[in-house]
Amino acid sequence: MSASAVTWVAVLAASAACFGIKLAGHLVPAHWLTDPRVARIASLVTVSLLAALVGVQTVTSGPHLVLDARIPALAVAAVALVLRAPFIVVVIAAAVTAALIRALTG
Amino acid sequence: MVGRRDPHVDSAVKQALSVSIATGLYGVSFGALATVAGLDLAQTAALSLLLFSGGSQFAFIGVVGSGGSPVAAVTTAALLGVRNGLYGVQVAPLISVRRALRPLAAQLTIDESTAVATAHREPAAVRAGFWWTGIGVFVLWNVFTLVGALVGNALGDPRRYGLDAAAAAAFLALVWPRLAGRLAQVVAGAAVLVALALTPVTPPGVPVLAAAGVAVVIGLTRTAAPTAPTTPTTHGDAT
Repeated sequence: MSASAVTWVAVLAASAACFGIKLAGHLVPAHWLTDPRVARIASLVTVSLLAALVGVQTVTSGPHLVLDARIPALAVAAVALVLRAPFIVVVIAAAVTAALIRALTG
Repeated sequence: MVGRRDPHVDSAVKQALSVSIATGLYGVSFGALATVAGLDLAQTAALSLLLFSGGSQFAFIGVVGSGGSPVAAVTTAALLGVRNGLYGVQVAPLISVRRALRPLAAQLTIDESTAVATAHREPAAVRAGFWWTGIGVFVLWNVFTLVGALVGNALGDPRRYGLDAAAAAAFLALVWPRLAGRLAQVVAGAAVLVALALTPVTPPGVPVLAAAGVAVVIGLTRTAAPTAPTTPTTHGDAT
């Protein structure tokens, strides 16, 4: 299979899995999930995956740990979040910070 | 709604529209980052139409973009989608839709539609909040995904525009509202450490998945010992 075909299979598989999970939530009897541990662990899994993605996207490049302009960019994003900036402003602030640092240190 | 103005419904609809606009706009960043990660326009659009869950979509392109296997990308996206299943359990009895409409309601069950629906008490306002937010976010998210994908295609080298940093910031913004409780903060910190420690020694995609294991272990042990002295339990865990 070509790389594009592999990506298509993954896109459709991820979509099918996520839709199946959503639909299951609407179809299962509510009492199946009354165990508070289920909701707690699901919530923590969400936190852990997103936090891990922050770490990987900020300081890795392939198999290497790399400290570069992404770190100050992430700090700016954190400040924007503390100031309750909207999502799109947070993302743009980080991009502009990294772009400026790279342009200046070229 | 003209003719029978219900103030609760009006307030739910207003909230739905503002949430839809704010959420829809960051579809631009998803579209741009997806093309930078190597997806083509149709694949990017398909994710927003068919997968339709921001966290899972950003995770999918994050894993693909860092060279992770398709299996790792699908698994990470699905694990992040589990919370939508729990939202469905929560909102299904509140909106009580006909059987034929359940697949549509399911596809629209995301963070935002659940948050707006459950913020209201009146059944009519709950239903209005769910449907207006779900449909509003769906339409705008897909439109702005296309805009972002076209912009991303036109930009060229993503690093020059700081788009790699934008991806990190997007995940930070997604996790931020979930970090209110101490337990969530501990899990987030442990997840970052595990993912970074594994990065040099495992295939791409595996470090992020391993971090989910951290959450399960901490979640289970914490429940098994609810009076553990190391974790004050007086405040909520943002669940």
